[in-house]
Amino acid sequence: MSPSLILIQLLSGLAHAMVLFLIASGLSLIFGVTRIVNFAHGSFYMLAAYLTYTLTATLPLGVAAFYVAVPLAAASVGLAGLGVEVVLLRRVYRAPELYQLLLTFALVLVIADGVKFFWGSENLTGPAAPGLAGSVPVAGQLFPTYDLALIALGPLVAAALWWLFYRTRWGVLIRAATQDREMVAVLGVDQARLFTSVFVLGSFLAGLGGALQVPRQALTNVMDTSIITEAFVVVVVGGMGSVPGALLAAVVIGVIDAFGVLVLPRASLVMMFVVMAVILIVRPWGLLGRPPAQPRTAGGAIVTASALRVPRPWMAAVVALLIVVPPVLPTFHVWVLVEILAFALFAASLHLLMGTGGMVSFGHAASFGLGAYGAALCVTWAKAPMLVALAAAPLAAAVCAALYGYFCVRLSSIYFAMLTLAFAQIAFAIVHQWYDVTGGDNGLLGIWPAPWLAGPLAYYYLALASCGGGIALLALVERAPFGLTLRAARDHAPRAETVGINIRLHQWLAFIVAGFFGGLAGGTFVFLKGSVFPDYLAVPMSVEPLVMVLLGGVQALAGAPVGAAVYKLLDTVATRYTDYWQLVLGAILILLVLVFPRGILGVVGDRRRA
Amino acid sequence: MRRHRVLGVLATIVVFATAAPATAQQAPIRIGEINSFSGIGAPFTGPYRQAVEMAVDEVNAKGGVLGRKIEVIFRDDKGQPAEAQKHAQELVASEKVALISGTFLSNVGLAVSDWAKQNKVLFVAAEPLTEALTWAKGHDYVFRVRPNTYEQGRMLAEKAAKLKPTRWAAIGPNYEYGKRAWETFRDRLKELRPDVQIVGEHWPTLGKIEPSQFVTAILAQSPDALYVSLFGSDWIAFVREADKRGVFKKMFVVGILLGEPEYIDPLKLEAPEGMLVTGYPWYDIQLPAHREFVAKFMKRTDKNPVLGSLVGYVTYLSIAEAIRKAGSTDTDKLVAAFRGLTVETPIGPISFRASDGQSTMGAWVGTTKLDAKRGVGIIVNYEYIAGDRVLPSDDEVKKMRTGN
Repeated sequence: MSPSLILIQLLSGLAHAMVLFLIASGLSLIFGVTRIVNFAHGSFYMLAAYLTYTLTATLPLGVAAFYVAVPLAAASVGLAGLGVEVVLLRRVYRAPELYQLLLTFALVLVIADGVKFFWGSENLTGPAAPGLAGSVPVAGQLFPTYDLALIALGPLVAAALWWLFYRTRWGVLIRAATQDREMVAVLGVDQARLFTSVFVLGSFLAGLGGALQVPRQALTNVMDTSIITEAFVVVVVGGMGSVPGALLAAVVIGVIDAFGVLVLPRASLVMMFVVMAVILIVRPWGLLGRPPAQPRTAGGAIVTASALRVPRPWMAAVVALLIVVPPVLPTFHVWVLVEILAFALFAASLHLLMGTGGMVSFGHAASFGLGAYGAALCVTWAKAPMLVALAAAPLAAAVCAALYGYFCVRLSSIYFAMLTLAFAQIAFAIVHQWYDVTGGDNGLLGIWPAPWLAGPLAYYYLALASCGGGIALLALVERAPFGLTLRAARDHAPRAETVGINIRLHQWLAFIVAGFFGGLAGGTFVFLKGSVFPDYLAVPMSVEPLVMVLLGGVQALAGAPVGAAVYKLLDTVATRYTDYWQLVLGAILILLVLVFPRGILGVVGDRRRA
Repeated sequence: MRRHRVLGVLATIVVFATAAPATAQQAPIRIGEINSFSGIGAPFTGPYRQAVEMAVDEVNAKGGVLGRKIEVIFRDDKGQPAEAQKHAQELVASEKVALISGTFLSNVGLAVSDWAKQNKVLFVAAEPLTEALTWAKGHDYVFRVRPNTYEQGRMLAEKAAKLKPTRWAAIGPNYEYGKRAWETFRDRLKELRPDVQIVGEHWPTLGKIEPSQFVTAILAQSPDALYVSLFGSDWIAFVREADKRGVFKKMFVVGILLGEPEYIDPLKLEAPEGMLVTGYPWYDIQLPAHREFVAKFMKRTDKNPVLGSLVGYVTYLSIAEAIRKAGSTDTDKLVAAFRGLTVETPIGPISFRASDGQSTMGAWVGTTKLDAKRGVGIIVNYEYIAGDRVLPSDDEVKKMRTGN
């Protein structure tokens, strides 16, 4: 590599890094202060890009239009952030904090369809930046002027943020709240106003990042989801809540990405996640993050109320219905029930981790997908009989979970979540790239059940046995001394340790058990569909069970199947009747969160106590 | 628990679903159309859908087929194979469709095809490009309209082989289509021109290209020609960067699909000139039937057609023709009718090969140029290459299909 090549590639990496920094700093701020995992951050980024496109075309300002449009679009998105915080998020601050995640997920759906409605789904090419549209010679090559301008802008924004945090009273409060927000509240600071202001600033930064992308990238309806994962990676690598950390991480990720293209072109899919995994294993709180303050309330914030129990007669009635009713249902409804069963077990296995164990995973798709691939590979390569392959699914997933779970359980909170995501992404990349074995993104086809199980009813009863049985076993695990120990570790780690519990060992075992049942769900699903694709390991597949568990109610294992059933039915019906299914689904989810701020089953618990 | 109510709702749906089809004697023939109306395929499926509706309206205006109207039931696969299969189940079991059609993404097409094979349902794939669909993973129940990756790669290679460049690099999205589109081109080019040298291959993540780094990497290898299988938003981002860095001046660029209005129109006047591409010159095809198709489409939608529109129109003309020929909506009879079926289309007759179900619809290979009047890129000096000129023989196909 010649020095000029290195210089040019460094500049390329930095230009990308600056956009990443803008988005990630906003996300980091919001999480640091409010603890909201804001999936809608990418949606604000997308919204600002589209606004910039329209404003530049409509403002009667000639060449200045673009330069007015960018701050205007970012400010509008900041304002949208204000609306979202005041109207929606504020209503659920008292609910367990993860419910805000459910709300931001619903917002992603609503904003995506809003953009589709107003701007259409065709790709758009935005305006160039007047005066910066050309290129200048750098080290014997041409380099885009606009990218150089971005590289200059990044440090300016960073400096402005530094001034804000270190030279204003507001900044002092932000830093204090990031470290210990309960103490800040105790000292009499109005939390609501602080949260709102942070949310507005964070959204503004996301908007600025989106607006500045317009001259470089195409505008698409999927801009939101394609940036959000990357933004989370930068935030976590830098350390949650640390703006300098976000800058450093953005530069590290941007530059490594750029040189990775030169050195290992085929690894571009996964480079970022490998970097994140390595950094998190070495530095569990990111490059410049700090260990979180010891939570004072028992249980952190995952589960505020005690676990609730669903009355036995109800359970018996449901089981009886599931056995008796399907023979009189039409075929398609039976197939939908099978899908719901698979997802019910998938969500229930996640519940063991996040409900009982207090470990929120963003990468649970790994167990589902590895189970699915385990079964499919057995059928394709070992010509294994179907039931043997189905049995192999949970084993494959459990073995893999044991491997990466070993590293994951060393971390906690959002860092744990992001490390699970990293491993899921690495698994995704392997499956996606290993064409000879996994078929790459064309997947493995022809994974159908044995003929005697292929009919809808026969397969339904098999799925009922495997998934219903799986959920029953999980219920046993959660009620057994093992499950109680997990809860003890979740609710008060130091006390649990004091009485001699090996917390990591228990968490690791929980991780393996969750992987096992997630894999069983994946195996059941693969024979339902007859094929397997890398999508089964992708991010949306990790988000779905999370949404289901929260929707049903995180306090009880039964919440997982309830959430799975409600979510899948809503999704199926909305997709069938409208093109704007995301809008409908998102709006219903928002309503559900506002009406049932602790999940659907949470309401049952409230009534029983009252 | 909610399940009681859920089951109640399900039961109500059952009553309606079973009661509906039994009413009329001359009930319409239903066709299930599964496509990516949201997600990564969404930018390209809107104009396809409009043309499908146009074709069906025309067929129905002439009295339909077998004395019955055609009714298309659209379902959004969201770009996910599993979702597409769920729709296939629903369309066949609840909506009683005669056949399934559509799909855009290759993996979705393959998933539906495999389901169709297992359940013995006819699947007429419209747009997915992977060769595996009709060859390695081919079967009796699948037919495909659009010319596949192999055909288009070969068409481009035949032309590129006659040109000067010898040092080639490639860039494409890191997934099957991107890679196969390059491999088929590369293999044919090397066959024709043993002196050709491959200096680099680049695989950015689909939908997430950060073009600057790739442009640097390509320039560092100093190729004199570049093969591009990027498309959609990746292609737009790449063009904007590559143009500023002088890529289009320094090397000859070949792009599969990139002359199609889907991909060249969004670039407006930023479209690069002088590229060798496959495309669709709807503005210039003089066949009377095609001029009529364009006029009708523009009148109906106020937009110009894109290749997807032509494919959608041809797909549904073919389906109507097959039903007419079969004289029934029975799957086996439809499959038999599709084998060797010849259809009159706006671009002349095409037929579905009996050996693999691939249609002989071809592609236009030409050079890009800017049309200042319309403010977009077009293709000029083009040639229409029919599919049968580049498709492998029946014997070769048989060998590829015995894999299953």
